[in-house]
Amino acid sequence: MSQIKHHITDPMLVAYAAGSLEHPFALVVAAHVSLCEECRVQLGAHEAVGGALLDGQAVHAVSVSMKDALLAQLDVVPAAEPDQTCERSGAYPGPVMKALKGKPPRWKSVGGGVRQTLLHVDDDGSVRLLYIPAGKAVPDHGHNGIELTLVLQGAFSDEAGRYGVGDLEVADDTLEHTPIAEQGAPCICLAATDAPLRFNRLIPRLLQPLLRI
Amino acid sequence: MPQSRDPKYSDQTVLMLAVRDRRDRAAFGKLFDYFAPRLKGVAMRSGLGSGAAEDVAQEVMLTVWRKADKFDPHRAQVSAWIFQIARNRRIDLVRKENRPVPEEIKIADDVEDDAGQILAMEQEAGQLKTALDQLTPDQRNMIEKAYLGELSHKEISDQTGLALGTVKSRIRLGLERLRHELKGMR
Ligand SMILES: [Zn+2]
Repeated sequence: MSQIKHHITDPMLVAYAAGSLEHPFALVVAAHVSLCEECRVQLGAHEAVGGALLDGQAVHAVSVSMKDALLAQLDVVPAAEPDQTCERSGAYPGPVMKALKGKPPRWKSVGGGVRQTLLHVDDDGSVRLLYIPAGKAVPDHGHNGIELTLVLQGAFSDEAGRYGVGDLEVADDTLEHTPIAEQGAPCICLAATDAPLRFNRLIPRLLQPLLRI
Repeated sequence: MPQSRDPKYSDQTVLMLAVRDRRDRAAFGKLFDYFAPRLKGVAMRSGLGSGAAEDVAQEVMLTVWRKADKFDPHRAQVSAWIFQIARNRRIDLVRKENRPVPEEIKIADDVEDDAGQILAMEQEAGQLKTALDQLTPDQRNMIEKAYLGELSHKEISDQTGLALGTVKSRIRLGLERLRHELKGMR
């Protein structure tokens, strides 16, 4: 059975079910749900609530012409949609492979033996893969907002506990933490934040926007 | 009446299965009559005008028709499935990049419907509605805002966790059954 101990919080899962979760976080949730039956079940339950609410909505009459127009389209064969899904590959769940466009990550060093692959950055935040060699630390960083870290390979420990494959750490700006990768395989994480990370030691904060850290 | 085929299921499920399995247009028309005015209502909540909200309802219902083969009554009631379609469409509209979706659990084509499982799912959906009806107007309003996409995740408080237990257990059973079926096929 699953060894996952750290799961998605309920408000975050509700936001994902509702479609209102920021893209960087939504990718982490989709990846965790791919690995975690517990949260898949939970997500289904939230969607059932959404369905019940839709069912109970006040009705606004639609025009007859709209219905006719729709019925006339039923015979139209839509253009084939590109396949929206990617297969899991090694440690990378399907949605992560999708974000990688089906290719292996292209790592870039960020110092201290740690490497990263930026998957997406926008005004809502950023999401990246982190590669942490055994025994090494992710540089100590604080937060301006919320940071999600999902372990895909190996494990890390920090002040808040131990995180193995599938475990999700939710950190906010009250937590100054220093994750250390366990001995063994390098630790690979999917990390999302809704604010630029403030690396305390390695990179001057002024440069972070340029480096897209 | 399609109900004669299996009188035990809810009307919605019977209609949706007729659309899925027989491409039944009359059944689709009935689903449209029920859901389109509600989908329009939800779209108007988010600030759309009447015309734009109708476009939304139309697109969602067209997707219901086109993707009917994806409907799995063991894992979601009709309303929950249509809720997901409407949700996905809303995301795709505001965002050009790919919407992250979990890996799908592969369903074998020839797995037969398990009536007991589907009925139990429907029963619990009924319990869920009853539970929602017992909320105060304020609570109900908050829940609706959270689930219909009007709140950010920061604004969604823990009070949204109500009544999930029973539905959760049923969805879990559905997944277990699927896994069992898949094992038998290997
Ligand atoms: Zn989980």
